[in-house]
Amino acid sequence: MSSLCHRICYRWSSLRIIGLVWSSKQEIKVVPVASYSLQSRFGLDARQCLLTQKLWMLKRSDLSSSASSLPPSKEDGNGYRFTESCILLNTGHNYGKTELPCVVKDVQSGELDVPPHSPFDELSEEEALQIEASPSLPPTSFTLCDYVDQSETLTKLVLLGVDLSKLERRPNVANMLLRLDFNRDVKERLLFLKDIGVDDHLLGAFLTSNPFILTEDVENLRMRIQYLQSKKFSKEAISRMVSGAPYLLNFSVERLDNRLAFYQRELRLNVQKTRDLVTRLPKLLTGSLEPVKENLKVCRIELGFRDNEIQHMVISVPKLLLASKKKLTRLFDYLHNTMGIPHHLITKFPQVFNAKFLRIKDRHLFLEHLGRAQYDPTQPNYVSLDKLVATPDEVFCVEIAKGTLLDFEAFQKTL
Amino acid sequence: MAGGSRSALLRLHGVFAVYKPPGIHWKRTRDTVESKLLNELNTLEQPVIQQQIRFVPSLINNENGNETQLTVTQVPVLASHPRVTGPRFVGLKVGAGHRLDWQSSGVLVLGVGNGNKQLNGLHHCHLTKEYIVKGSFGTATEDFSNTGRVIERTTYDHITQDRLERIIAVVQGSHQRALLTYSDVDLKSQEAYELASRGLLRPMNKSPPIITAIRCVHFSPPSFTLEIQCLHETQQYLRKLVHEIGLELRSSAVCTHVRRTRDGIFTVDNTLIRTQWDLPSILAAVQASRLKVKGKLRENSWRLSASSEEGTCTGVKARGLEKGTHCLGPTAVRD
Repeated sequence: MSSLCHRICYRWSSLRIIGLVWSSKQEIKVVPVASYSLQSRFGLDARQCLLTQKLWMLKRSDLSSSASSLPPSKEDGNGYRFTESCILLNTGHNYGKTELPCVVKDVQSGELDVPPHSPFDELSEEEALQIEASPSLPPTSFTLCDYVDQSETLTKLVLLGVDLSKLERRPNVANMLLRLDFNRDVKERLLFLKDIGVDDHLLGAFLTSNPFILTEDVENLRMRIQYLQSKKFSKEAISRMVSGAPYLLNFSVERLDNRLAFYQRELRLNVQKTRDLVTRLPKLLTGSLEPVKENLKVCRIELGFRDNEIQHMVISVPKLLLASKKKLTRLFDYLHNTMGIPHHLITKFPQVFNAKFLRIKDRHLFLEHLGRAQYDPTQPNYVSLDKLVATPDEVFCVEIAKGTLLDFEAFQKTL
Repeated sequence: MAGGSRSALLRLHGVFAVYKPPGIHWKRTRDTVESKLLNELNTLEQPVIQQQIRFVPSLINNENGNETQLTVTQVPVLASHPRVTGPRFVGLKVGAGHRLDWQSSGVLVLGVGNGNKQLNGLHHCHLTKEYIVKGSFGTATEDFSNTGRVIERTTYDHITQDRLERIIAVVQGSHQRALLTYSDVDLKSQEAYELASRGLLRPMNKSPPIITAIRCVHFSPPSFTLEIQCLHETQQYLRKLVHEIGLELRSSAVCTHVRRTRDGIFTVDNTLIRTQWDLPSILAAVQASRLKVKGKLRENSWRLSASSEEGTCTGVKARGLEKGTHCLGPTAVRD
C-alpha cells in the first residue's frame, strides 16, 4: 500500500514538475499541463499570440550518455521519435513575426487520440523507473543555455568548439540550430568538410562564422568544390580557402566565377597569379567588390601608383585591396610627405601597409631624434623599411636605432 | 587558474595614469585600456565545467527477463560553459579624469573599480596641472594651432626674450589677482595671508581658467616653449593664450604642441605608454599610486567635507569650522 502511494505520489510530483513525461513505452504521455500539449497549440495559437508560439522539439536521444537503447514497445514494433520543436524568441528581432509551427515528426497516428493518464492511476515498478523527472524546458527563451543540455545537436556542437554565445546573438540562427537533427543534417556536412580538408580544430571556428552551411544542400556544395577543382585549385589550396573564408561554399558557382574573372581583369594577372592571390586571401571572393574597386581607384588616382606597381604590391600584400581607405591614405601621406619616401621604395616594401600607423610614427620620430632617419638606399646608414616596420621593439631599439628600449620608452613620453 | 582572474579583479581598484598619444581621442584611449584589461581577464579565467549525476534507466537482461535498472552516470553540464554563456567579463568600470583634447598629449589619469570614487575626490581637491606648450611666431590661424587655416602672417624679428618674459609676467600677475578673487577668502583676514604665503590659495569651486605659474623655458625664434602651471583650464584655452601672447608682442603666434606633464600627483614618469597597457603593469601602477592618492585625499579631506556639507557657506567660514573640529591645519606642503 505504501509502495503504491509512493508510486502515485512520485508520478504526480513528476507530472507537476515537467510538462512532458517521457517513457519507454511507445505512447505519448502528453500531459496537458496548460500550454504544452501539441494539439491545442496547433490551430489556435498560430493565429492568436504572435509572440509566444511554442512548439517543442526535443530529442529522445539526449539521454544517450549511457547509451541505452530504447526498449521496443509492447504494442507497436517501431520506435517513435518524440519530437516537438522549440522556437526561440529573439529579443527585439522577431517582434511581430510569427514562427512557423514545426511539424511534429513521426508521431504515431493512433497515439494522439489516447486520453491522458490520470495522476492517480497505478503504476508498475518498471514504469516508475522509466520516468525521467527533470526540470521542464522553458517554452521560449532568449538564450541557448536552457536547451544545450537536452539537445544532442547543441551538445555536440559545443564539444566541437562552436561558440553558441556568439551565434545566439544573430537573428534566426538559434532557431535554425534547434531545428537541426545531428544525424541527418549536421554529421553529413561535417564529414563533407573533413573530406575537403578542413582541420578538426578549425571546424568550431568555421561553424561559428558560418552556421548556414548546415542548411546548404550537399549536392550544391559538391558542385562548387568540383568547380574549384576544375579551375585547377589544388586540394590544399581549396582547404585553405574554405577554412579562411567560411562563407565561400555558400556562394553559387556563377558568383565565384564572376569574382575570379573580376580580379583577373582588374589586376591584369595571369591565371596562376590570380589563383595564388585568392588562395592567400580568400575573403576577396566572399566580400563585396565595391570597396575593392574604391581601393584600386584610391591607389591609382590619390596615391599615384602606376598599374604595374599596384600589381606588384597586391600580389605580395593582398590585404591592400580590403584595407580601409582612410587608413591607407593616412599612412601613405605620412610615409611619402613626412618621411619623404618615394613611390618606388614603397613598392619595393609593401609590407609597410600591414603595420600600424602609430608604430611607424613613433619609430620614425625616434630615429629622427637620434639623427638616424635615413631611408635612401644610396646614402650611408640606410634603414630599410621592412626592418623599420617588422622588427619587434627590442630588436629595433638595439640594432637599428643603436639605443635601448628604455630610451625609446622615455622618448615616447615626450611626444 | 580560476583564482588568477579573481585575485587580479580584487586588486584592480585604484587610480593610475597613462600617456595619451597625440591624434587620438581620450575616449578611445579609455576604451582601449578597458578592452585590453577585459581580454586579459577573460583569458586568465579557466572555466570549471560542472558535472551532473544522472540516474538513467537502462534495460538489462536478468534471470527474471528484461528488467529496467537505473545506472548512475556523471554528465558534464554545458549550460555554464563559456562557449554557451559567453565570456565571463564583459564590462569594467574605467573612468577618465581630466580630459585631454584630440591634438594634445600627456598624462591622462584613469580610475578603475573603486578608484572612480577616488578620482572624484581628486577632482574636488582642485590640484594644479603642468603643461609644456610650444609655440611658433609669425602666423595666426583660425583655431590657434598650426594645423588650422592661416589668417595672417607677420614678422617676428623684433621679438626678444625679455619682451616675451615681460608679457608673461603681466599674464601671471593678472591671473594671480583672479586667483585671489576666486579662492573665496576675505582679503583682509589673517588666514588669507597665511594661506597665500604658503601658496595654498586655490579656488575650491568652479572658476575660469587660472594660471598659477608660467615661465619661458626655451626661446629660439620663431619657436618658443612655455611651462605653464594652471587650474580649471582647457587645452584650447592654452592655445588661445599663445595666440594672445603673439598679439601682445605685436606679431602673431600659433601653438604647435600642448603636452601635459603633471596632473595633480601624477607626473610623466608614473605614466604607462601604449605598449604597457596590460594587466600586470596596470596592477603595479595602481599599487604604486595607492598611498599617494590616499595621502592627498586625507590632506584635502577638510576641504572636501566642507564643500560637501555646507555648499552655501563661504570658504573661510567652512575652514574655520573644520579647523575647530578636525584639528588638521593646512600643511606646509604645496600641492
